[in-house]
Amino acid sequence: MLTRKRRRLGAKIAVFTGLCLGAAFAGLPVVWMLSTSFKTNGEVFAVPPKLFTKNFSFDAYTAILSDGAQLRFFLNSYIVALSVTALTLFVAILAAYGFSRYEFPLKKSINAVIVSVQAVPPITLVIPYFGLVVALGLYNTYPGLILTHMVFTLPYAIIMMTAYFNTLPKELDESVKVDGASSWTALWRVLVPISVPGMVAVGVYTFMISWNEYLFALTLTRTDDMRTVPIGIQLLMGQHSYEWNQMMAMSILGSIPVLVLFLLFQRRFIGGLTSGAVKA
Amino acid sequence: MEPAKLDHAALPRVAAVASEARATLWGRARRFLAKSAAPFGYISPTLILVSVLMLIPIAMVVSYSFKDNVIVQQNPVSVGLANYTKVLTDPDFLAALKNTFVFITASTVAHLVLGLGFAMMLNTSLLSGVTKTIFRIIYILPWLFTVAVIAVIWRLMLDPAGVVNYLLTTAGGMQEGVNWLSDPGTALWALTFINIWAGFPFFMISILAGLQGISGDLYEAASVDGASPFRQFWNVTLPQLRPVLISMAVLDLIWTSQQFALIWMTTGGGPLNVTEMLSTYTYKQAFSSYEFATASASAVIVLLLTMILAFFYVRLQRER
Repeated sequence: MLTRKRRRLGAKIAVFTGLCLGAAFAGLPVVWMLSTSFKTNGEVFAVPPKLFTKNFSFDAYTAILSDGAQLRFFLNSYIVALSVTALTLFVAILAAYGFSRYEFPLKKSINAVIVSVQAVPPITLVIPYFGLVVALGLYNTYPGLILTHMVFTLPYAIIMMTAYFNTLPKELDESVKVDGASSWTALWRVLVPISVPGMVAVGVYTFMISWNEYLFALTLTRTDDMRTVPIGIQLLMGQHSYEWNQMMAMSILGSIPVLVLFLLFQRRFIGGLTSGAVKA
Repeated sequence: MEPAKLDHAALPRVAAVASEARATLWGRARRFLAKSAAPFGYISPTLILVSVLMLIPIAMVVSYSFKDNVIVQQNPVSVGLANYTKVLTDPDFLAALKNTFVFITASTVAHLVLGLGFAMMLNTSLLSGVTKTIFRIIYILPWLFTVAVIAVIWRLMLDPAGVVNYLLTTAGGMQEGVNWLSDPGTALWALTFINIWAGFPFFMISILAGLQGISGDLYEAASVDGASPFRQFWNVTLPQLRPVLISMAVLDLIWTSQQFALIWMTTGGGPLNVTEMLSTYTYKQAFSSYEFATASASAVIVLLLTMILAFFYVRLQRER
């Protein structure tokens, strides 16, 4: 009995140590970023490196937040990511309703195309997009970015939303249709209100993808007033390549929306994501 | 033969029956139409977007790849396979192919091992739920940052005067600091390491979901039979996780081969092409050299290589 208890304690210590090592691997770079953002620039590469600086200051943050050009990157990212999220959700809800509640010719083939979209390399698409977006007059505009981001957000959103609708009994919306309501009313009055958890998971994921997108944001915009946060961080790196504290502050400010969304919805989000990823 | 006499009195009744029949017929037709058109109504926005964003662009890039000076010239002429021969005989492309192979293989293997290890530790019954939640959130952190941020963090950490070199020289007994991202001997491995750091959480979450789906009865039966923890892992856990592990590995090969931003913002493909990947090679051809036609040929090759992987992925999904 005693040996079993002791063995259990040993295992507990081993697992805990392993988890702490893993946490150091995953977390220390983030902690270092946070720590650097509160340093003065002269201190960034001080020897020996200090995790807690004596000259703790918010100067790097105020420098970023008082710079109109930097704030513009945030505004652009919010406009693009929120529009992508709203449009993706709307289109995905419609498609998911079609896939979940109807049988129609070519259903399997259309579904296969949507699934395979996820594998198409962005680098393959960026060249024709460049030609297409310029031809349509959407180069260096919000609609150009919003539309192209949807190629990555839509397939996953449709797959996740369809899986979600499939878990809701058909009788729910059919009972309303028996009373004379159209399928459109049944969708928006009955299905959508009870699908909020699924929509939250899809929305958070979509927002993250769009907020973090780099290749199209780099290629399909030209002027600094159209750039998004990831490109803004890169521009900061080019402009003041020695102001590491400001780059870290900008990185943290640029990560806050995603971190907050994740912390608020992590349970629903991880649940939705794993069910989608593993079953997709 | 005399024509049948019309029963005038019956006419209104006949008309009523006929109109009723017509009405039901029309109603049926309309309902049928509505029923078969409705699903297309619902999926039509998707169909339009997928065509505009996927099918047309792919057709465009394929047609670009057979022409000269596309995009920069008004009327490009067909050059057959010239762009493909040019790309496939370009030593830079072949180097990019080799680097991509090393990068994706090492990343995927490490992602699997780390993801499995951390997921198993997080799945333990030895620690409380709160402790595990805290660790899980810390572990997911790298995955939440945009690639631009990841690039900046690691450029800071791996700087010759940075904290990694400080730790390795002071505590690890290394002789002198290394310029990890600019030394041709270390750049590809440093980049791979960053990619491993950035990508393992997604594996961990998916494997954790897989672990939680394994029935406890299997482990109980195994321990009744006297199986050691190692044998339980080998004979229960691994076989049960096999489908998840294989799909995740194929997905990771696809995603990692498409990685662009991380390379672009850390090494830009340098030094001396040692970190040039298929994605950066293609991008440079298009947007640095303005050789859109050769870039398109390279992009089509990348697409074909990805489709081979995707084909395996779909087959795996179907087998399950």
